[in-house]
Amino acid sequence: MSGADNVVWLGTPAFPEAARTALADTRLRANLRRATGTIRDKRLAVAAELDDWEELRDTAAAVKRRTLRHLDHHLLRLEETVTAAGGTVHWAADAAEANAIVTRLVKATGESEVVKVKSMATQEIGLNEALAEAGIRAYETDLAELIVQLAEDRPSHILVPAIHRGRSEIREIFRREMGEWGRPAPEDLTDEPRDLAEAARLHLREKFLRAKVAVSGANFAAADTGTVVVVESEGNGRMCLTLPETLITVMGIEKVLPSFADLDVFLQLLPRSSTGERMNPYTSLWTGVTEGDGPQNFHLVLLDNGRTATLADEVGRQALSCIRCSACLNVCPVYERTGGHAYGSVYPGPIGAVLTPQLVGVKNAASLPFASTLCGACYDACPVKINIPEVLVHLRAEAVEAKRRDRLLPTTEALVMKAAGAVLGSPRRLAAVQRLAALGARLVARDGRIGALPGPVARWSGTRDTPAPARESLRAWWRRTRTPTSEDARTTAEGKVRR
Amino acid sequence: MRIALFITCFNDTMFPRTGRAVTELLERLGHTVEFPQAQTCCGQMHFNTGYRPETLPMVRRFAEVFAGYDAVVAPSGSCAGMVRDHHRVVAAQYGDDSLAAAVEQVVPTVYELSELLVDVLGVTDVGACFPHRVTYHPTCHSLRMLRVGDRPLKLLRAVKGIDLVELPAAESCCGFGGTFALKNADVSNAMLADKMRHVLDTGAEYLCAGDNSCLTHIGGGLSRLRTGVGTMHLAEILASTEGDVR
Ligand code: SF4
Repeated sequence: MSGADNVVWLGTPAFPEAARTALADTRLRANLRRATGTIRDKRLAVAAELDDWEELRDTAAAVKRRTLRHLDHHLLRLEETVTAAGGTVHWAADAAEANAIVTRLVKATGESEVVKVKSMATQEIGLNEALAEAGIRAYETDLAELIVQLAEDRPSHILVPAIHRGRSEIREIFRREMGEWGRPAPEDLTDEPRDLAEAARLHLREKFLRAKVAVSGANFAAADTGTVVVVESEGNGRMCLTLPETLITVMGIEKVLPSFADLDVFLQLLPRSSTGERMNPYTSLWTGVTEGDGPQNFHLVLLDNGRTATLADEVGRQALSCIRCSACLNVCPVYERTGGHAYGSVYPGPIGAVLTPQLVGVKNAASLPFASTLCGACYDACPVKINIPEVLVHLRAEAVEAKRRDRLLPTTEALVMKAAGAVLGSPRRLAAVQRLAALGARLVARDGRIGALPGPVARWSGTRDTPAPARESLRAWWRRTRTPTSEDARTTAEGKVRR
Repeated sequence: MRIALFITCFNDTMFPRTGRAVTELLERLGHTVEFPQAQTCCGQMHFNTGYRPETLPMVRRFAEVFAGYDAVVAPSGSCAGMVRDHHRVVAAQYGDDSLAAAVEQVVPTVYELSELLVDVLGVTDVGACFPHRVTYHPTCHSLRMLRVGDRPLKLLRAVKGIDLVELPAAESCCGFGGTFALKNADVSNAMLADKMRHVLDTGAEYLCAGDNSCLTHIGGGLSRLRTGVGTMHLAEILASTEGDVR
């Protein structure tokens, strides 16, 4: 299984088509509008409480970028400190390798089930599916992730994977599926959040108490101490991280921080940016193993899967600074309309649109860099100041270049751009086209407005009138009414001759 | 002050009245406005759609044509943003040292209209009169690339007779995004629908913005639905005087 198979879901249509389906789902849009709106307001309020919010962002961005510049050094240091603390470090170049390592480690324990803390990295590599193939059942214990797993669905948000589900849907899913996986939901389950949470609690508790092996992701790891950090808000993560005998953590190599002290900044930024909370409810930190306390075997799998390739791109590498807070998703007007599934990727929204094409190669996700209006709201929201619009435009250029290289004949778009470039390269040609456009428009316009048109602009003109080009361009008006200045004497003279 | 008007190719072709308004306004304030005839385009469409090398001739032309003025004004937040944020990038990537130097010279003199008026010319009351109910949409590039902040609102508030009403969810994108509106037409339409709803909620007669491209998109929708709400560029409202009948 290659990385691309999982980061980008196989068979997913390109963004514009997937978005069309999502847009037709009015319930989805209502769920999304409500959820992202609430969290957006909360985030703004708690960020405004800190006088040094902007300084924190600057610091975080600086730490991340400095770390990325010397990533090799920090990773080797991490391996050293984790090993010294009694853990074992494994290096995985891609999804297949990571899955094979985890499968082997679980098998070695003799167990056939594992509990899981929500983890983007294991989503990315398709670990649950790989384990299932090896006869090992993985139980998701994060509430939203549980809902997704029970419904055999895909996550659609970084932080709230089931954001696209309303509570009545969740009640139905619990009623229908919980029995298949363990303790069934109570007969009289209502769709009150408290009842739903209680049903999940009882269902999950059995698994926590039984499990001998846990799999987690990691939010951060400090290279100087070998400390790994998981941040979550339900306490399910803490159960997974403390009760089992064996703990296997799969971590993207970009999650390393040079020192324990760096956590200071990130643990302030993350909860405020993600859930709009001042402090995170459950922050678990562990360093290797401690005899008689917590898991006695700890494995850290360091996952590359496209990250070193991303690192090599000086503009694009900033996407590796991402702390997966999801603030960019919640402010994105495109995400708000389409939801996460339209991105066809484990990483949806603005960060997905820049990270996914880099991890799997731009060619394999070429529609994603274009899934943005470049409004810039994501850049403003990002706690580590990833300039997402800059990377989007950078990747668009790569997507266009890739097409240029791969095709014998240029695309229609490329031809249009070339023609437009020729016109815009010369004021004389531009003026000629303006005269032509004004003439042509007068044939189709009524009251100065152009209605529905056929052809490539049909999708535009289906819902919007277009104003007709002016009868006289500004350039022409200026020539007609103004005495020439020395600056434009040359072109003006030329114009007069022609007239 | 000797100010060059960078009208932008889109305004030049579609909205020359915006350029005339800028000219009238600046001349009324006592400045000299020049229109270098050799100007064409900032290259934004090519740059943002991924056709980067094709942007180079436009960057070069811009730096040549607009060299040496006290200020260059563009009645478009997104074209001013293109020049300010990206011309250096293109020059560095495909150009030579002399081009990079030329770009470096010209970029600091380029302003979006409200920046020029408030920051450079130091005026907020431009002596305009526009007795209509108006709501203002802060376009994304003005808002987040240029950070024009409340400069346009300061200018609008000083307009005589205006009834300026706040636009709900003003800062959310209208869904235009250049070629985005063609490539992702469905999402663009969904965003447009929300923007139009907010505009209609204000009961305004005119929607005002500093970018005719966003106004074309929103105004095109408002026109198709026969809402009767007009669109007007900031420059045109600021250029209006008591004698004008709209
Ligand atoms: S890109 Fe920034 S805002 Fe988006 S999830 Fe990552 S850290 Fe958060």
